[in-house]
Amino acid sequence: MTDRGEVKVRIGPQHPALKEPESFLISVRGEKITASTVKLGYNHRGIEKAMEERTYIQDLYLVERICGICSHSHSSCFVQAVEEIAQLAVPKRALYIRTLIGELERIHSHLLWLGVAGHEIGFDTLLMYTWRDREVVMDTLASLTGNRVNYGINTIGGVRRDLTPEKIEATLKAADILEERTKYYIDVAKEDSTLIGRLSNVGRLTHDQAVKFGTVGPTARASNVNEDVRRDDPYFAYPEVTFDVIVDKHEDVYGRTLVRVGELMQSYQIIRQILKNLPEGPITVKAPRRIPAGEAVSRYEAPRGEDMHFVKSDGTDKPERVKVRAPTLANVQAVSQMLQDGYLADLPIVVAAIDPCFSCTDRLIALRGTESGTMDWDTVRRRGIEWHRKKGLDFSLVNRRFEERVERSSKARLG
Amino acid sequence: MSQEQEIQSALVGRFPELSDKVSVRRDRRILAEVPLARLHEVIDFAVKDLGFNMVSAITGLDERERFAVLYHLNRKSSMMLTLRTILPKDNPVIDTVSAIFPSADIYERELVDLLGIRVQGLPEGRRYPLPDDAPCDIYPLRKPVQTQVPQEQKGETS
Repeated sequence: MTDRGEVKVRIGPQHPALKEPESFLISVRGEKITASTVKLGYNHRGIEKAMEERTYIQDLYLVERICGICSHSHSSCFVQAVEEIAQLAVPKRALYIRTLIGELERIHSHLLWLGVAGHEIGFDTLLMYTWRDREVVMDTLASLTGNRVNYGINTIGGVRRDLTPEKIEATLKAADILEERTKYYIDVAKEDSTLIGRLSNVGRLTHDQAVKFGTVGPTARASNVNEDVRRDDPYFAYPEVTFDVIVDKHEDVYGRTLVRVGELMQSYQIIRQILKNLPEGPITVKAPRRIPAGEAVSRYEAPRGEDMHFVKSDGTDKPERVKVRAPTLANVQAVSQMLQDGYLADLPIVVAAIDPCFSCTDRLIALRGTESGTMDWDTVRRRGIEWHRKKGLDFSLVNRRFEERVERSSKARLG
Repeated sequence: MSQEQEIQSALVGRFPELSDKVSVRRDRRILAEVPLARLHEVIDFAVKDLGFNMVSAITGLDERERFAVLYHLNRKSSMMLTLRTILPKDNPVIDTVSAIFPSADIYERELVDLLGIRVQGLPEGRRYPLPDDAPCDIYPLRKPVQTQVPQEQKGETS
């Protein structure tokens, strides 16, 4: 303790509030934060160097593993740069499928964030609700791409899997279900006085500060920065779909929540347009193994904001240099500003509100004992539901009522 | 005249020596090759007169006989201006832009840690992205540096 009554608190790199390693050095006077510094780099895996030593196709899978949540963002951003250098005319159908997966990924990421935000403020019911609903979009992604995360849908010159009419039907149904649930979350966000009270005026970042620190994505848009790469630097199928860029003037964590739930509603609209106007035709063009010399800057609106890749090729089958700037790196630098003059207890939600990335995936489990072997995901889920039903937790009535509501509103929308 | 051409002619009008150095790569992408001595003047002009108020990233390149540093400037998310400057290999020193862009700090630390470029005027701070105990004289993104696969992993793949 210094003579001015200031105490330094070291938080991280491993701690219960965040699932990713980063460390903070916080100076507090009483409960108020007077200064803070962020230390990053615990997750540096040398991917940029590794990419220089692998072929473009290998890099595609490596780049996807930068982040488990916005994996499609990174592979799309990279593949877009490579295709620009090689001057490939990617078929329209492939661009539409990439856009579809990108929006599904945004839904999964924003629902996940909403749950984490609920958890950080002690609203764990919201975590349970949103993560249950997130399963709908995860299942959709798994049926379209084969994977819940790290979809592996992109390849240089197109996509690897086509859509079938049955899959389109199932995706539209999933969008209906999720839209109905999201309406409920919007009601919660707009009406729940505890939530509003807990998030308002927390982690403030004014418009000018948001611009000065170069924040991107929902973090910037919640500070009234009207920027979205999908509209401003359109790529894939975005020039051909209409959607609103959600901007909010609250300039705090509450605003960041409103922006994300608002963006969910836009994503459902984009998905419906994509599936309605899906062009016929091939899903890939043949790409050369050696990419001609050149360089390109590629941008992509990831769920967390602008993702930027710079690729330089030298005419061989391996890139000369790949530079990746993920959105969290742009946003994390504003965190010190957001924490300034706030309370120490607000730190978890303020940090979580920029939605820093972490990854998780589980597909199969092995049982020990008499029933040893592997189970697929549906079996695991059925067993879980059965187990809870035996304990007296039966949601079938609630579920049936909800299904009826989804049916009513999709009928109403179709007129 | 398109927006891209307007920016191109504004840059050339203010800095005549850039006349054959500014090129429009495609819609919303402009590349300018700027000599190191004029770099800060060009950045100042781009920020104050052309409205490029954000740096999306700074990329360092090892081009064998020299280094290149690329400043990817961004205007209202709809225009990218990349300023490319060349540094000599034997004495790679560049001035910081963190006074203009507070967020540039972390990108400049990458130049320091990964390429061994010295950035003058960079505020004191922890290393990024390498850990504190990483060797100070190996710069991973320099071209001669090869990554080493651990012995046990080699056995598995062969």
